[in-house]
Amino acid sequence: MINLSNIHKSYQMGSNSLHVLKGIDLKIEQGEFVSIMGSSGSGKSTLLNILGILDNYDEGTYHLDGKLVKDMSEKKAARLRNEMLGFVFQSFNLISFKNAMENVALPLYYQGVGRKKRNKIALEYLDKMGLLEWANHMPNEMSGGQKQRVAIARSLISKPKIIFADEPTGALDSSTSYEVMEILKEINAEGITMILVTHEHDIAAMTQKIIRLNDGVIAEVIKNGELENWKDQFSKKDKLEIA
Amino acid sequence: MFDIDKWQEIFATIRKNKMRTFLTGFSVAWGIFMLMILLGSGNGLSNGVSQNFMRDAVNAMWLWSGTTSIPYQGMNEGRQIRFTNTDYDILKDLDGIEYTSGRYFISGNLFSYGKEYGEYTAVTCHPDLKDVESLGIVEGRFINEVDIRNARKSVVLGKDIYDALFKGEEAIGEYIRVNNIPFKVVGICTEGGGTRHRNAYIPVTTGQKVFNGSNRLHNFALTINAETLEESQAIEKRVRETMARKHKFDPTDESALGSYNKLEDVIQTMKIFQAIDIFIWIIGIGTLIAGVVGVSNIMLIVVKERTKEIGIRKAIGASPTSVIGLVLLESVIITTVAGYIGLVLGTGLMEGINFIVEQQFQASAATNAGQGETLFRNPTVDLNVAMSATMLLVIAGAIAGYIPAKRAARIKPIEALRDE
Repeated sequence: MINLSNIHKSYQMGSNSLHVLKGIDLKIEQGEFVSIMGSSGSGKSTLLNILGILDNYDEGTYHLDGKLVKDMSEKKAARLRNEMLGFVFQSFNLISFKNAMENVALPLYYQGVGRKKRNKIALEYLDKMGLLEWANHMPNEMSGGQKQRVAIARSLISKPKIIFADEPTGALDSSTSYEVMEILKEINAEGITMILVTHEHDIAAMTQKIIRLNDGVIAEVIKNGELENWKDQFSKKDKLEIA
Repeated sequence: MFDIDKWQEIFATIRKNKMRTFLTGFSVAWGIFMLMILLGSGNGLSNGVSQNFMRDAVNAMWLWSGTTSIPYQGMNEGRQIRFTNTDYDILKDLDGIEYTSGRYFISGNLFSYGKEYGEYTAVTCHPDLKDVESLGIVEGRFINEVDIRNARKSVVLGKDIYDALFKGEEAIGEYIRVNNIPFKVVGICTEGGGTRHRNAYIPVTTGQKVFNGSNRLHNFALTINAETLEESQAIEKRVRETMARKHKFDPTDESALGSYNKLEDVIQTMKIFQAIDIFIWIIGIGTLIAGVVGVSNIMLIVVKERTKEIGIRKAIGASPTSVIGLVLLESVIITTVAGYIGLVLGTGLMEGINFIVEQQFQASAATNAGQGETLFRNPTVDLNVAMSATMLLVIAGAIAGYIPAKRAARIKPIEALRDE
């Protein structure tokens, strides 16, 4: 599904450039539930943005579903995002002057689905998220957890193959975080590939595969079976680093 | 363009961002409104003055005789100059003269018909006076060549005289008395550009015969064939020189031969109005530029404010074209509607002023012996100009929105999303 080979990315910060990704090789198969971890500045968000075609890369190749994604025109990238990818953000990124239903229905607008039909579908997805009675509320009238569930409904409505979640629980308290993770797990169980960025170990532990980034390269990949003792290991390492 | 969904999306955005919509709209509406007032006022002033000019033909010239004030060819000053019918024949055939009419002043001006009577002015004239003084014929005809040749006792009554003497009865063919001498009414006329029609016209030859004038004339009314100030001054000079040669006086002697060249006045006044026109346009264009800058400013801010929203839309699949379309169509709709509102308000105000001005004109015409005094009439704006100005603002708004919208549509969605 996703195949990265030797991806490099740097940002221009005034006169000096910041080399963020220094050669990433990564394969993610369909149906996987992957989390990307790393300290801040390790390049995890950048990697996610490149994977989600929200940002471009300087070197290497990125094949999405067998197709090379490089120097793609904005129009093509937009269509690809619309058809294949869904996004969930830390800050929800709902459009503030649209109600929950209209926010959820928006991706279908860009697919050319009629208003009545897309609003009907949006209500179905809100119902799945348990937010049917909130359909006509504006984002500022909802709690963080509710907003994130609206955002998840929006990412699902276009029936994507992959959902990218950038710190989806970052702005939520832990019990709400677990609720959201349960929803994401359910979605993954239906066969949708799920890739999330987080810095919370307990959240990462709920996924099947952890990719740990350190200073722009992949430091380790921990698979499902190893997760049990990984938590211990990681915290020990952390302590060592601090010491 | 005709995708209903797109329009619904745009109207939903407009409805939910009232302040932004109002600010954009206001600067456009205000610009058009001010432009309408400016151009309307300029036109009103121009119309008022040209209507005052229209009382006589704009190319009219008057000549009158007096006494010499400069000694000439051995003759003393203080000599009386007298025009005669021969002068009329000379002037008539002079190069550059279009219409000519001589006048002999007659004393006494009592008009009566049956039991009705009143004092009015009897003007003796040639048929050409109709064109020189822009007279309009309401009924019958004006003085003609046969009247002149046979010195017929025909009279053309001004509308006011007819109304006073005949009270709406049939007048053509009836006889009225002017200083107790019967004249046959052949026509009823109005004076051009005025509301007062208190002159009666009789053939100049009749005037001379009946009122003991022999072949004398007191003044001439002419129209000249001239387009420019120089041409008209050349003709005036030729007329003066011709008369000076015949009557033996210094051509520069203003006292011997008085002359008034209306075209000179008209051309000079029109030049002032052209200057005022240019001035108004400069201010108008300035107002438009202010409007354009206002719209551009607001569009820049709008796009800046919407950067995050654009990022979200792009992340969930909006193409750059659809983003630009969204911003542009919104701007075009707002500016068009607001421009139209400004147009309607401006036109409404000008029509209101027009109504008041016309009432004042009628009122002053009623009190001031029918002569309406106003320098401001019909202050309306050419609709094409107003439409073009609105179009200009709409296009300016679109361009002002297009540049930042294009930039916003081109940046990576992640950068737009980061924008807080």
